[in-house]
Amino acid sequence: MTIILVMITLMLGGVTAWLAQAWQPHWPKWIALASCLLAGLLLAPMLATTPDLVHALGQTSSTWHEYLHVDWVPRLGISFIIGVDGLSLVMVSLTLLLGGVAILSSWNEIDTNQGFFHFNLMWTLTGVVGVFTSLDLFQFFFFWEVMLVPMYFLIAIWGHEQRARAAMKFFLFTQISGLLMLVSILALVVLNMAQTGVLTFNYFDLVGHGLSPNASWFIMLGFFIAFVVKLPAFPFHPWLPDAHTQAPTAASVLLAGILLKTGAYGLIRFTLPLFPEAAHQLATTAMLLGAVSIVYGALLAFAQTDFKRLVAYSSVSHMGFVLLGVYAFNELALQGAVMQMVAHGLSTAALFLIAGALQQRLHTRDMTAMGGLWALAPRLGAMTLFFIVASLGMPGLGNFVGEFLVLLGSFQVNIVITCIATLGLVTGAAYSLIAIQRVFHGDVSPKVRLTDLRGREFVALIPLVLGLIWLGVAPQPLFDLVEPMLSNVRELVTPLGNASLGNMSLGNASLEVAR
Amino acid sequence: MMENLDLWPVLPMLVLTGVILSLALVIAFFRRLSLSCGLSVLGLAMTLAAIVWVAQRTGGPWQVTPLLIVDSYGLLFSALAVLASMLIALMAYSYQANRGDHQDEFFLLLLLATLGGMTLAVSAHFASLILGLELLGVSLYAMISYPSRGHFSLEAGLKYLILSGVSSALILFGIALLYGAFGSLAFSDLNIAQISADSDERWLMLAGITLLLAGMAFKLSLAPFHMWTPDVYEGAPAPVAAFLGTVSKASIFAVLLRLFINVDGFDDDTLMTGLYWLALLSILIGNILALMQTSIKRLLAYSSTAQMGYLMVAFIAASALPGRPMAVEAAVMFLIAYVLTTLGAFGVVTLMSTDDAEHDTDDLSAYVGLFWRRPLLASFMTAMMLSLAGIPLTAGFIGKFYIFTTGVQNELWSLLAIAVVGSGIGLFYYLRVVYAMTRPAKDDTRSSLPMTGGWALLAITLLLIGLGVYPTPLVNWVSQMTQQLL
Repeated sequence: MTIILVMITLMLGGVTAWLAQAWQPHWPKWIALASCLLAGLLLAPMLATTPDLVHALGQTSSTWHEYLHVDWVPRLGISFIIGVDGLSLVMVSLTLLLGGVAILSSWNEIDTNQGFFHFNLMWTLTGVVGVFTSLDLFQFFFFWEVMLVPMYFLIAIWGHEQRARAAMKFFLFTQISGLLMLVSILALVVLNMAQTGVLTFNYFDLVGHGLSPNASWFIMLGFFIAFVVKLPAFPFHPWLPDAHTQAPTAASVLLAGILLKTGAYGLIRFTLPLFPEAAHQLATTAMLLGAVSIVYGALLAFAQTDFKRLVAYSSVSHMGFVLLGVYAFNELALQGAVMQMVAHGLSTAALFLIAGALQQRLHTRDMTAMGGLWALAPRLGAMTLFFIVASLGMPGLGNFVGEFLVLLGSFQVNIVITCIATLGLVTGAAYSLIAIQRVFHGDVSPKVRLTDLRGREFVALIPLVLGLIWLGVAPQPLFDLVEPMLSNVRELVTPLGNASLGNMSLGNASLEVAR
Repeated sequence: MMENLDLWPVLPMLVLTGVILSLALVIAFFRRLSLSCGLSVLGLAMTLAAIVWVAQRTGGPWQVTPLLIVDSYGLLFSALAVLASMLIALMAYSYQANRGDHQDEFFLLLLLATLGGMTLAVSAHFASLILGLELLGVSLYAMISYPSRGHFSLEAGLKYLILSGVSSALILFGIALLYGAFGSLAFSDLNIAQISADSDERWLMLAGITLLLAGMAFKLSLAPFHMWTPDVYEGAPAPVAAFLGTVSKASIFAVLLRLFINVDGFDDDTLMTGLYWLALLSILIGNILALMQTSIKRLLAYSSTAQMGYLMVAFIAASALPGRPMAVEAAVMFLIAYVLTTLGAFGVVTLMSTDDAEHDTDDLSAYVGLFWRRPLLASFMTAMMLSLAGIPLTAGFIGKFYIFTTGVQNELWSLLAIAVVGSGIGLFYYLRVVYAMTRPAKDDTRSSLPMTGGWALLAITLLLIGLGVYPTPLVNWVSQMTQQLL
């Protein structure tokens, strides 16, 4: 019930915020913040529980903190299944935390229709919580789409100069890939029915389906493309720089911090367990895509003069590590991928918040127009430096743990690709430091007036600082939380994987013999 | 034979006929728009009650004379037609009230056209098919040019008259050829299987069905027979365009599906190829031509072509026997969602146009900033656009979900790919409307919603969202109601 309550709190918070605007124009943000806090309080006790609800998942059994199953449209085999395991719990917590940060980050930025703005913010959060906890494929798709519409509004109404184009691009990319996923879901369900005679969208019933490898491959591709567009990985990323740059600060925070993670989550939760063999066939390609994204994103980030665009491209680079880690299939890499999801969420959200703060003060995102801001705003400078070094992978902070584990894990699988990916670390350092240099060092333009960070912004940033340090110094609690889920995924993937890997090397050997 | 004739299954049609006659009498004595409108709505409600009463009797389907067959499938479409007309009447009230005297007959024509739609839904014979088609068509000619506000709607009326006349002629000629091939006009006597592949009858039959299909495709505005749609939608008064887009299309589709299942027209590869191209072209052409429209009514016209294309996917899916129950259910679910959404969209245009007696307010520029000027109306329109685009939380999503399900089940991969592309293009222009409404308003003219129309739109929107979130009751009902057709 907890998750239901969380979602209801967020939804009602949104509606109340919208309605409250008519009475008091300044209430919506307080209401939104309060409902976010309340949702967090509702969720907090679950972090202390142990997952004790057991369900069979394929050949293995999985454990859940919370499990709820209600029939939705029984005639079509659709039910409403909420399941929370470690991974869901981590992602939902991240969602609520960043939701609060997003509200604080746009505290004074939005001057028109605050009510509708916060309504959209809260409904995006609701959709994301739904995505992270749905275990029925119809329900998952439902929430997957629900989170997009309010995000479209956030970008289209309150975005910057080119908001119409950016919002449209965002919506088209995610919608069309979403439709592909819908077709894949339906194909999976219908083919499964042809074999078992049961029409069901239930995740537990579909894991371990006996579809032919050929069908699995194409259906898996549909899922994979939808998730990779969201992630986003090269070459499916063109929507991201525009959307992130044009969105208002709060929407950028949510997009980069949470929405991108739904893609990674989908890969881990659905693509791997549902199609282990097909996932293995795709593994090398996917890892290569990840590595290319890492390098490509970093190179393009280096070329940007727009601060938000730089952070946006750096997201492509960092999410490449997630893709690389997920498709390496081993313990280290998977743990690293999850760590990277959380750490990137925290650090990028903070960077977008800072970009928003700079834009609000200077009315520009152009780094060539900045320079020497450290002298004017030392606290802002220090904060930026902290999150920049976090995102470039400084040891002691969360991102380092994530990237290091991913590289360590994928090194055992494919050395060449891992080496390419490592290049990203170098370029990463380059674009991060050049950003700091351009914005905060050098001569101050005499016209520039800049106020330093205020209390509200500190309140938003401090939890992120603490979170990153905690993840960097003591990552074990996070690993303990997600380990049961990840080991399930590995168990579903590995036995088949060894066999097919074995076949593959045999095949190579015979090829060589033939030569 | 005559003494055994039970007329009670057609009670809904009798009730509606009675209402039409009494309304004509009332108008002859008291010309009051509120009275005519109220009476029409009441009459339609009574018809709906009669439909419910008949539907609850067991023992169907009932053959009433060779012409009509009353089964739950026909009753479902009758109910849909009646409900849609009721909502149109409510939304049209304030629209007509601002357009001078002599508006009462509009409601009379509306009821007549509805009767035509109901006839189509239960017809089992080509005679009743033509009867229903013409009852619908002739009422529509008058309704389209009804207020005669300048040459615009006259032009639309004339266009529809000529083109619809041609399509009726095509249908009649097709029926004549089919009669030549089968020697009967009752749907149940028509059976493709009894005609050998290389006989003369086969060519008669093929030519007949093709002509019939072309005529029907015209009325459904399927590409490439869609050319009339944008002009007529644009010229017609908004409530009439709503009727044209919903009741007219739903009833004609109902009879077409019944005919095809009875004839087993699905058994013929040539016909299936024709249907396949109809669907494909409709989805592509409808969506592409809708892209750059600045008139909402024209946009909705082209989008209706695209939506009918999606509907044809379900129609084609009905060809394979194992998948047929699902396909029929999908078609009906999609149509219900489509009817609701189209009603809502034209309803918004209707309410926007209430004050302007000359012209309908359908230019996109008039909708700029609507969110901040008339938030309620803009919210309704947003819901409609999202539903047309097939976004969750709306009935349109359930409809599209069904279309995809039945398409996947029958492995119509190429059509599905086209549908995905088409939906992608579709998003662009639906969102354009939504985006226009969210832009800052240029002027700050606010006006209140008309009472009856406002409530009707609210009901449509709530229904739309309700069905999108919890479709289970409707799903169960539809699957139960369509069983008798199969």
